[in-house]
Amino acid sequence: MVVGGLTPQAIAFGFFTILTLGGAFGVVLNKNLVRGAVWLIVSLFGIAGMFVLLSAPFLAAVQVMVYIGAIGILFTFAVMLTRSMTNMRQRFTTQWWSALIVVGLLFVFLMSGVIVPVWGGISPEQAGDVVATTTDLGVALVDGNQFVLPFEVASLLLTAAIIGAIVIARQHEEE
Amino acid sequence: MVPLWMYLAVAAALFCLGTYTVLSRRNAVAVLMGIELMLNAVNLNLVAFWRFQSPLNMAGQAFTAFVLVVAAAEAAVGLAIIISMYRSRRSVTVDDVDMLRW
Amino acid sequence: MIDLTNINILPWLIPVGPLLAFAIIMLITNRSKMVSATDKHEYGGHHPDYDGMTVPVVTARSRVMSITVGLSGIIAAWAIAWTVAGAATNFNGVFGQQVFANSVEWLATGTTTLSMGVMIDPLNTLMLIMVPLAVLCIFIYSIGYMAHDPRQSRFFALISLFASAMLTLVVADNLLLLFVGWEIMGFCSYMLIGFWFEKPSAYQAAVKAFTTTRVADVVMMLGIVYLYTLTGTLNFRDILYNPEVLEKLGNTPAILFTGMTASSLIGIFLIIGTIGKSAQFPLHVWLPDAMEGPTPVSAMIHAAAMVSAGVYAVIRMYPLFEVGAHPHDGLFNAPLMLMTVIGGFTALFAATIAVAQNDVKKVLAYSTISQLGFMIAALGIGAYVAAAFHLITHAFFKALLFMASGSVIHAMEHGEHHVHAHGHEDDEDDEHEHSASHAIEAHGHDSHGHDSHAAGADAHTGHKFDPQDMMNMGGLSKRIPVTFITFVIGGLSLAGFPLITAGFWSKDEILADAWLGTSKGFGPQAFVFFMLAAAAFLTAFYTARQLSLTFLGEARTEEAKHAGLGGPSNISSITMQLPLIILAFFALFAGFVGVPSDFPVLGEIFSPKYPWFGHFIENTLIVPPPHPIFNWIPLLTSFGVAGGGLFLGWWMYGRKPLKAGEPDPLVNILGPMHNVLKNKYYFDELYTIIFIKPAQAISKATGDFIDKGIIDGILHAIATAFRFTGDLIKTFNLWLIDGFGDSIGQGIGWVGSRLRFVQTGRVQNYLLMVVFFALVLGLIFIASAGTAAN
Repeated sequence: MVVGGLTPQAIAFGFFTILTLGGAFGVVLNKNLVRGAVWLIVSLFGIAGMFVLLSAPFLAAVQVMVYIGAIGILFTFAVMLTRSMTNMRQRFTTQWWSALIVVGLLFVFLMSGVIVPVWGGISPEQAGDVVATTTDLGVALVDGNQFVLPFEVASLLLTAAIIGAIVIARQHEEE
Repeated sequence: MVPLWMYLAVAAALFCLGTYTVLSRRNAVAVLMGIELMLNAVNLNLVAFWRFQSPLNMAGQAFTAFVLVVAAAEAAVGLAIIISMYRSRRSVTVDDVDMLRW
Repeated sequence: MIDLTNINILPWLIPVGPLLAFAIIMLITNRSKMVSATDKHEYGGHHPDYDGMTVPVVTARSRVMSITVGLSGIIAAWAIAWTVAGAATNFNGVFGQQVFANSVEWLATGTTTLSMGVMIDPLNTLMLIMVPLAVLCIFIYSIGYMAHDPRQSRFFALISLFASAMLTLVVADNLLLLFVGWEIMGFCSYMLIGFWFEKPSAYQAAVKAFTTTRVADVVMMLGIVYLYTLTGTLNFRDILYNPEVLEKLGNTPAILFTGMTASSLIGIFLIIGTIGKSAQFPLHVWLPDAMEGPTPVSAMIHAAAMVSAGVYAVIRMYPLFEVGAHPHDGLFNAPLMLMTVIGGFTALFAATIAVAQNDVKKVLAYSTISQLGFMIAALGIGAYVAAAFHLITHAFFKALLFMASGSVIHAMEHGEHHVHAHGHEDDEDDEHEHSASHAIEAHGHDSHGHDSHAAGADAHTGHKFDPQDMMNMGGLSKRIPVTFITFVIGGLSLAGFPLITAGFWSKDEILADAWLGTSKGFGPQAFVFFMLAAAAFLTAFYTARQLSLTFLGEARTEEAKHAGLGGPSNISSITMQLPLIILAFFALFAGFVGVPSDFPVLGEIFSPKYPWFGHFIENTLIVPPPHPIFNWIPLLTSFGVAGGGLFLGWWMYGRKPLKAGEPDPLVNILGPMHNVLKNKYYFDELYTIIFIKPAQAISKATGDFIDKGIIDGILHAIATAFRFTGDLIKTFNLWLIDGFGDSIGQGIGWVGSRLRFVQTGRVQNYLLMVVFFALVLGLIFIASAGTAAN
């Protein structure tokens, strides 16, 4: 059904966009880092929604479980563990305005120089209806001809990262 | 269906916001948050392209999954570093880590 | 192997003994110890330059060893020489037509080969009889004379070398070897005249002797070279005993001087060499100054060896000089005329100077010059035998006279020490403070003491005592009788005292030969006759003067009163007096070998068939020279001049011997001429003006202008240029480096100091840069992709 010329997909898209970008703004502008962490989670939800719209449900689920469930919580913990001065200082560094200009220019450049000219003409109908399923993803990740190697390496990476994180963040013996 | 470029626009905007966060927030944890935003923008980009350009080839999703994995690992290690930094000098302000300054 | 019994080989060995002695003494036995220069007992001299230093003095052991070695050398030479001479004089056959000769090929020059060797012919033989004996006497004399000299070993080494050189010259079979001996003797004379080198007058005299003879030697060398180029050989037998060669030389016109023949030119050059070596006018100036050397040196140089070598050389080369001439027939050529004129003139010239000299050795020096003039004049008129005869006899009595005069000087010095020791006179030389032992020191300090006195005797105040001044002597006949007798014998021989002295016979022979030509109306012989007769008269006169002043009358000074030689038991006096006696014997009796056969009475006694001397030596020449027939005129002339001169001298000086302080009567007689004579006709001053001062001025100018001005100027200019360039480069460099190199460094530093602020250390700043430039890159890519696509 079309509401005011917008299909349900468009509305969903608009909704998730607001979530994503709104959450992002929240992350940028928050004064309270705990709230910033929450805004981050909001943004991540928006992304998950986008994934669903893009016919990648598995990834949406992974996004929610890993990103939000693990990383988001990790951030929250980190914020709480490093809390002593979070509210007292300024939010932004002294270079915030030059960064603003640069980033603004970056956005403008990306939009006008890259995205619209290159992919602006691709209509949604061209996307096709047949998509690979989650099964295919699973197969791809363990197929010897496809992505089993990166898969294994990724698990190794995770192990290393965990160990590294533990080692780095470990409390050293008091002298 | 929403056209591809709109997804890309959102991703771009997200990326820029993440960049801005990285470049201009004092708090180190906020900087890492900005990094997560950027990585998510990248993921969004990847999936959008996968859906529109080659929906049958699982490379797109697999890649996205791997980016996600790396992001997780990186977030863990980064936060561990921040915690370690906080423990040694009681500050998480990025500006305070300037021992390589002139 | 070398057969030493071969008489031809033996002459090689004659010079070897003294040469080895020289080497051994110089290298091994001459050892000295260092003593303080103010130690008058050891060092003996007073030389203010050396005060405060230590000087080397020969050790006693070294003295003994050196004397032994030296004597051995000369005795060996004497023994071998007399062996050879004996073989020659007893030769079975006509010695002269055959000779003892031996040579080795020395230098191959293209087609000819120069050989070095020895040759003994009659002329050599006579020299071999005379020279080693005279030199041996001198060596023995030197033992005593130099007994307290601090450098006696060196002295013996040098006189050994001298003897070796003389003997080399005598036995040489070619002109080159003769010249070698000639030059070595020149060197030795330099070393020996300047033996007491602390005295400036001594070393100046040595230089004078060497340079004067050198001038002559250069000319002689030219003659030798020219001879060699014409004949391809320098061997005496090949040239002089060879009529073809002589004729060829006589017919070849000389180079440059095309008016005369080659033989004349060579002859003149060789004669010039002798003029230098034998101190003839005008190169006579070195010989009187050579009296600075020790008396044995004077004896050796001026009697036995060096000046004799000059005369020997011309006698040797006589056949060359005679080419194209026949003096006995009045036919003269250039060399013979040169010899005649120079010899005759010198004989009289030197005799006149000798008359006005007060130094006992100077009288003898001028006497030597005069007598050499006799010999050369004799040779010039062709009196070959007479010249050689006079050479031999002169060597004996002149050596005797010199050594006797040395004895006199020693005695006078002893008297001087005696006087000072007893404080009779004060003298600023404080060397004579030993009162008790001056018998030992009698001969000690003389070597240096007397020189410091003798140097300035005339110029200084009366306190400087000159033991050589005859005016300070007198009455020495009683004090030193042996010396007196031998001196008288020598003096009479020199004067030509009739019949019993050797000098008479030789001088008479010359006059006889000269008269022969004079009676035939030949000019040169007449010139020689009259000049030599006058010279002989003056010779006798100054001899008598010398004898009277020295020995007769009363002592004129305190020193002469106490003069003496310390008694016959003194070893020094024995070694000094023994040679005098030996030589006196020869001075008396050597003449009898040359009595002419037709001489009344004595001729039959001594020379029944022929005079041994003349008969022996005339075979040196291819054609024996004509023998002067006895004539009363030259004999009476000889008697007259000798007797007359002696009488006049005795009458003026000996009859009423001069008292102390009385002036020389000759001064009044001659008036201003006496001063001219006393100053040797001012020849030294003349040569100084003509030669020495210009040479010094030239060398000073050269030194100052060329050396210092130009060469140093160039060098300084180069140095300055380099310096300037260096400074320039340095400034430029500095500016460059400072301006450029340093500024690069400084610039980089400055840039760095500004750029470092980029390193804030803050990651976010870096990241901002990254994003910004990534943006820029992207824009560039797009722009280029866009243009490329278009």
